[in-house]
Amino acid sequence: MSLERIRFEKATVNFNVNNQLLRVIDDISFSISDGEFISIVGPSGCGKTTLMNIIAGFVKPTLGKVTLDGIEINGPSQNRGVIFQEYGIFPWLTVEKNILFGLTLRNSKVPKDRHQQICSRYLQLMGLADFSNSYPRTLSGGMRQRLAIARAYATNPEFLLMDEPFGALDAQTRAKMQDLLLEVLQHERKTVLLITHSVDEAIYLSSKIIVVTARPAKIKEVIDVPFPYPRSESIHDDPQFISLKSRLRDLVMKEYEAQQKISNI
Amino acid sequence: MDAKIYNKVRRLVLLVSPWLILLALWQLIISASLVDRTLMPSPTEVVSKFYDLLMNGRLLGDIMMSTQRVFFGVVSGIALAVPVGFLIGWYKDVRTFLDPVINFFRALPPIALIPLVVVYFGIDEPAKIIILFYASFFAGVIVMYEGVAQISPIYIKVAHTLGATDWEIFSRVIVPLTTPHILTAFRVALGVAWATLVASELVAAQKGLGALIQSAGSFFQLDVIYVGIIAIGCVALTMDLVLRSLTKRLIQWQDRVEAQ
Repeated sequence: MSLERIRFEKATVNFNVNNQLLRVIDDISFSISDGEFISIVGPSGCGKTTLMNIIAGFVKPTLGKVTLDGIEINGPSQNRGVIFQEYGIFPWLTVEKNILFGLTLRNSKVPKDRHQQICSRYLQLMGLADFSNSYPRTLSGGMRQRLAIARAYATNPEFLLMDEPFGALDAQTRAKMQDLLLEVLQHERKTVLLITHSVDEAIYLSSKIIVVTARPAKIKEVIDVPFPYPRSESIHDDPQFISLKSRLRDLVMKEYEAQQKISNI
Repeated sequence: MDAKIYNKVRRLVLLVSPWLILLALWQLIISASLVDRTLMPSPTEVVSKFYDLLMNGRLLGDIMMSTQRVFFGVVSGIALAVPVGFLIGWYKDVRTFLDPVINFFRALPPIALIPLVVVYFGIDEPAKIIILFYASFFAGVIVMYEGVAQISPIYIKVAHTLGATDWEIFSRVIVPLTTPHILTAFRVALGVAWATLVASELVAAQKGLGALIQSAGSFFQLDVIYVGIIAIGCVALTMDLVLRSLTKRLIQWQDRVEAQ
């Protein structure tokens, strides 16, 4: 049994939208253990991103609590790297300076003489070495994505929180990025939370999948993914993969339809 | 021909030709006697007047005086517009508090305030600079405020997750993101300030390009008026070019859409 790190205890989140109370997350309890790769799957607009924002420290639960190592999460920290859906690459900094940003902050624990070495390592790993002095506007979508990962990795956070990180990429780039992520994680084990609505992506990458319901998000089912790491593309053809995928898709589709009904009102 | 040289020549032709066309049109109007000669000096007359005024030192003094006034007016106006525009753009309460007031004063033409400025500040140097300051501040504050309001919160969120403190977020995220807007505010304010200059120098100025034009008007020295107008245009254009090259250097990261 591995060490429990993050724990949701009966967490509920209400938002105030146009003076109306909107319940986004409803009484969610689960925990994330050290080294797990957890995917959260559910219909869009159901509150998945809010779940991530709670761990990142941007949102506090209205009721219940969310703890990290037993201490309630109170604001963002360098220990929890976040990769946002829209990446948030700093356009005024070169690729290299983007990666160095976190390292050169006052809160950074990395000694100065190691910055350049870490930076080159991730430039190399993410295939960005030829672009180290370019401004982000010259980068393609896949390269921006890799830069976002490199920047989040550079400060060596224990947790990696990713919100639909591959959503904007074409199918080929997406597959490549998934493999790259698995490969990098193989070198540096981290605890990962991935928000996605791709069932395929969730199974391929994660050790555990949490299916959430339509808004307000509740946990519908927790599924352990039986494939050991390292994984390769070939597991897509595994009968177990295929049956898990169709089961998961049914679950998600039902919630998707429920969410549609809510959104239409 | 070498493509590089071709492009350079092409650029030069595009840069110079509108001026030549304007000059040619002007000369044509004179040569064809389309306008009464007493009402419009010829380009050569204006050039020789320009030379005269330059040689007797009057013109340089006027240019210096006006440039100095515009400079102080714009610098002080922007110096205040940057923090105020920032606060309005950033804090919703400050916006609610200040926005209507700012829009009220912004709508007033600076020229309309001249009589009041004379009453309160007299007719000396401060009066002129105050009018330019007024014009620059309100032109700049809007640019700043719109710019700051457009800053995407994602960059601040990212900086937070990378461990930035509030000060680091300000100095390393917000400042670089607002720099382009500060420079735009400067350019807009410069334009407005030159436009207001003549009005401000109506306030009993002895020197300055506005004063030069003003006094020439009372003596019907049309050639001098033309010299004054052209000088204002040249100085304003030069200042804008300097600011633009500065902008290019400071914010080369920005996407600039250029049609071929």
